[in-house]
This record gives sequence, C-alpha cells and structure tokens, in this order.
Amino acid sequence: MARYLLTRAWQSALTLLLSTIVVFVGVRALPGDPALALAGEDRSPEALEAIRRHYGLDQPLPVQFAQYVERMVQGDFGVSIRTGTPVSSMLTTALPVTVELSVLAILIAAALGVGAGVLAAVRRGRPAEWLANGLALIGLSVPHFWLGLLAILYLSVATGLFPASGFVPILEDPVDNLHHIVLPAVILGTGLAAIIMRQTRSAMLDSLSSDYVRTAKAKGLRPRAVITRHALRNSLIVVVTVVGLQLGGLISGAVVTEQIFGLPGFGKMTIDAVFQRDYPVIQAVVLLTAAAYIVINFFVDLLYSVIDPRIRVTGDPA
Amino acid sequence: MTTASAPVLEIRDLSVSFPTETGTVSAVDAVSLDLAAGEIVGMVGESGCGKSVTAMSIAGLLPGSARVTGSVRLDGTQLVGARESDLRRVRGREIAYIFQEPMTSLNPVLTVGRQIGEVLQVHERMSRRAARARAVELLTLVGIPSAAQRVDNYPHQLSGGMRQRVMIAMAVACGPKVLVADEPTTALDVTVQAGILQVLRDLRDRLGTSVLIITHDLGVIADIADRVVVMYAGRVVERAPVDDLFAHPRHRYTAGLLSASPQPGRHAGTDRLTEIPGLVPVLASQPDACTFADRCPAADEQCRAAAPPLEDVGGADHVAACWHPCVTAPTAAQEANR
Repeated sequence: MARYLLTRAWQSALTLLLSTIVVFVGVRALPGDPALALAGEDRSPEALEAIRRHYGLDQPLPVQFAQYVERMVQGDFGVSIRTGTPVSSMLTTALPVTVELSVLAILIAAALGVGAGVLAAVRRGRPAEWLANGLALIGLSVPHFWLGLLAILYLSVATGLFPASGFVPILEDPVDNLHHIVLPAVILGTGLAAIIMRQTRSAMLDSLSSDYVRTAKAKGLRPRAVITRHALRNSLIVVVTVVGLQLGGLISGAVVTEQIFGLPGFGKMTIDAVFQRDYPVIQAVVLLTAAAYIVINFFVDLLYSVIDPRIRVTGDPA
Repeated sequence: MTTASAPVLEIRDLSVSFPTETGTVSAVDAVSLDLAAGEIVGMVGESGCGKSVTAMSIAGLLPGSARVTGSVRLDGTQLVGARESDLRRVRGREIAYIFQEPMTSLNPVLTVGRQIGEVLQVHERMSRRAARARAVELLTLVGIPSAAQRVDNYPHQLSGGMRQRVMIAMAVACGPKVLVADEPTTALDVTVQAGILQVLRDLRDRLGTSVLIITHDLGVIADIADRVVVMYAGRVVERAPVDDLFAHPRHRYTAGLLSASPQPGRHAGTDRLTEIPGLVPVLASQPDACTFADRCPAADEQCRAAAPPLEDVGGADHVAACWHPCVTAPTAAQEANR
C-alpha cells in the first residue's frame, strides 16, 4: 500500500508541475496586455513601462516562470494586479465558499441520485421508474443558470423562502450560512444527481440480475439486505467513478452558480480576473483547480479499493 | 439409503411457464419427485431441459413473471403460492442452494466469513461475532485448511474449488433439510470435482441432509446419487435407482444419453461415441406427443399422437415415459440407435 501511495504521490506531483507550466504559458497566450488594463487613463509608454517593471512583466518568460514557482512554493501567489491585495488572502476568503458549495452539491446529488437510481432499478417498469427517469431527463437537459433563475424567481423573490443572493460565513452563523447556500447547492447538484441516478440505475439492474444476488435471495435475506448490502455495494464503484469524472463539470457549474446567486466564491473571482487579465489571480485559480482535481482523483482511486477488494493494491499474498 | 420413510420434499405435477412476447413458454411440465431424508437424488438432462427452473421453483426463487402450478411440500408444508415472508424463512434455513459458478455466485465485495455469517444472523439471530466464529467451524467442516485465516478472505483470493466449498458451507450453515445443488461441479476441474462430491456425501452422512443434485454429467450421477431423475424438454422421462438406470435404461433418451458418454472399454479403438440425432425441441411444444419422438429411432404414429405417461417398467421403483421402452441391455440399445 505504501509503495502504491508513493507512486501515486509522485505521479500527482508531476501532473501538478505540468499543469503549472501549461497554466503559466496559457495565461500569457491570452490576447490583451495587463499593463494596458492597469494603466487606465494614463497610457503613456513611460507609465506602461513602469507598470511592467513593477510587476516583473518585462522579464523573459522562463525567468518569470522560475520566479513564479519559487514564490509559489513559499505560499506566495503574488499580488492581484487589479486590486493590489495578495492572491493568497483573496483565496482564503473565496475558497471556503466554493468548497462548501461543491461539497454540499455533491452530497445532495449523491443522496438524490443514488436513492432515485436504486428506486428506479428495484421498481423497474413501474411509475416510480418513469418518474425517476423523467426527473433525470429534466435534470440533464435544463441548464443550471436557467434553473437558478427560476429558483430565485419563485423560491426567493415570490415566496421569500430563501435569500436571493449573498453569503454568510459558516463560522459566523452556521444556520444562516446553510440558508444561503442550500438553494445554490441544490441547483448545482441537479445535473450531477441526474447522471448519478442513471448510472446507479443501470449498475443496479446489472447487480440485481447477478448470480450473487440470486445467492443472497436463496439465503433467505430480506429484500432490503439484498438490495443494499449485496446489489448496491457492488454498484457503488460505478457511482464513484462517475462522480470523479463529473467534478470538472461541477467546478465550471460552480462558477456560473456563484455568479447567479452572488456568492463571493472562486467562480466570481475567476471571472473578474479573466476579464481584467489579472495574471497572478488566474494562475492561482487555475492551478488550484488542477490541484483539486489531482487530489480528488487520488482519493477516488483510494475509495475504489475500499469499495472493491479486488482492486486493493496491497500486493499481500492471498 | 432407504427411501421407505416419508419424503422430506414432495413435488407433485409442478409446472412452470413464462409469458413471452410470442406467447407462453412452458419450461417445466408436470414434474413429480420425492426426496427422502438423507437421500441423494440426481436430476440429469441436457441444457435447457428445465432442471434449473425446477430447482429454483422449489423455494420460489423464480422471477415474478413465472407462472408456477402444482405442489411442492416440505415436510407437508405447501410452498407453491406461499407468502414471500414464509418462503424467506424456508430459504437458507430449510432449503439451501449451491449454484454452478462459485466465482459469480459469491459476492465479490464481502468476505466469505461475512457471507456465511449472514445466513446465521438472519435465521439463527446470531450476533456478528458469533456468526463469524461459526463460519470458521463451517469452513473447517467443508475441508478448507486454515479456516481461521480464510474466513477473512474475499472470494477472488480463493481457488474455484475452495469457493465452491464456501458455497457449501454457506448452504449447510443452518443445517437445512434439503440441499439443492445446481451443477455444483460443472465449473471445476475433475480432481476438484471429486473433492466437492465427497464433501456433499460427508454432509449427507453427518447431518442427514437430503440432496437434490442437478447436473448434465452422468459421471457425477453415477458417483453420488442414490436415485436418478432424467428430464427431457421440461418433462421427467425416466426415474430409477442409480444402478438400475445405468444397467437397464428403459427410455430411449436415457439410452441415448448413456451411449453418448464415454465408458471404459466400450469405445476402444476407432469406435466413436454415439450422438443423439436432432436438436432439443422448444420446451413442451408438443403437448400431445412424446417430446423425444422427433429424435427417437423407435418413434411411430402413437408417439406423435399422445404423450406417454410415466409407468412402471419393471424393477424396483423404475418408471419411464415411453411407448416403446428398451427391453435390451444398453449395448444393444446403442446398436439400435445406430
């Protein structure tokens, strides 16, 4: 196990370095000059030159990259070109919002998706399956932003059940925090819930017709035990894979959702930064997203081996 | 083993049919069979002859779409049409199953100890810890070495033969009255097969369990069974004590089966095994004819006009459903088939 972890850690580090290079070069390939954006009214060559020198933009790219990596390793992501605040402090306020939103969305999606998927498989050909399939189709085909607008219109503006926008940190007031973030999380989770539902349903249909489920029935187990302990546990590996693969969609979905609900998260920060050519912020955001991906994939791999002993990579003799 | 005592399991006129898009398909047609305490009965026939459907219907394990009629009595209690909750109490505790593929029949994500213990937790209300301890004893009983370690293994860590032993341990955990073994050795090597059959025999001797063993392998039948039931296209065509059946097959299909399996000394030199011409018909597609008529060397108008009843054909407890039963020794029957 230790050896496997080491290999995976090494692979992850390499991936991270490569993504750093790609991000660094990619951001600089964007059309537009940050110095121009910063200069505002005063666009004299001297002023632009001064700005470039101040932010190190006059250096050759490899030098800029080396400096960037060196500072980043020390936890210094630079200073926002636009606001002058350190990127790291921007991250510490924005990151918790996005993490909370995403985690909550995944939890909601997993609960809804797995529940509906199991129900659809067990009640095959009955109204419960049609309902679940129909809802999944809606969840897949209706875009987040429209669903979000509808939710604001009916659940916030018309009835006042939920606040339409804004955010309260969880440490300040956990209840109010949840009140603000539940609606965006549900909206963000719908697409994922639909995908999870469909995958769970088909995996469960496979499991339910398998030989080991027949054995479980022949043992005289109750339907609940047959479904959860035997069929569902074998279906979960598919669900975990899907969730792992869909995280990219979730992160981009979070950007849009945050924008709609006015949440001061990662997404808002990214959009602002892209429009302003705020290199240090874009770099930090994209790199952090890549890092999150890598870490999550690592955990998904570990989770596989927890769920399915056949994938366990211990190398121990049987 | 004697068959004098009252049967533990009594199957009468069991019929199973499945509705399909092209109409109802009959899989099992009026099968009757008794299983005495401590008796091993072999059920033999080609793939698709209704053996497994019969086996599954005993404890009501067929899918909901199956239409089952007739009677299955376990110690006098009717199981056909019984409530699902009553059947659950029977399954695993009084009637236990062993299936063909030990790889796919065991749950890949649970330890074998957990899977054996589950039966005990459900039927004997044992704690998880007690069930695990009992699982170790059961694994020892079915001949698994270092059972205390194996109990925490997952199925993929065991060999095919060991997995099938685990299946058997699971099946006998609650000391069932009836053990239904559906092709228990088909997926295994011949040497492993012999070991598994020995385990089944031991359990019968030690626990007095009645065993219904389903197979297409006449060698397995000859090795382990007390009595044999031969099935063809959903019907029982012959039933006899094992020695009598092998020595004097009366149904033409049984005779064909016997001459199609290799036996020492009989097929020496250039001799080839005799095959039965033709194909297995769609199950019970001929309600008013002998289902074997199209492949039978002795078939005539009578065979195509009416289904023969199971009748006494001489010998103790030997019945066959044939208008023209073989009267000769198997070698002669073999000649007749040529």
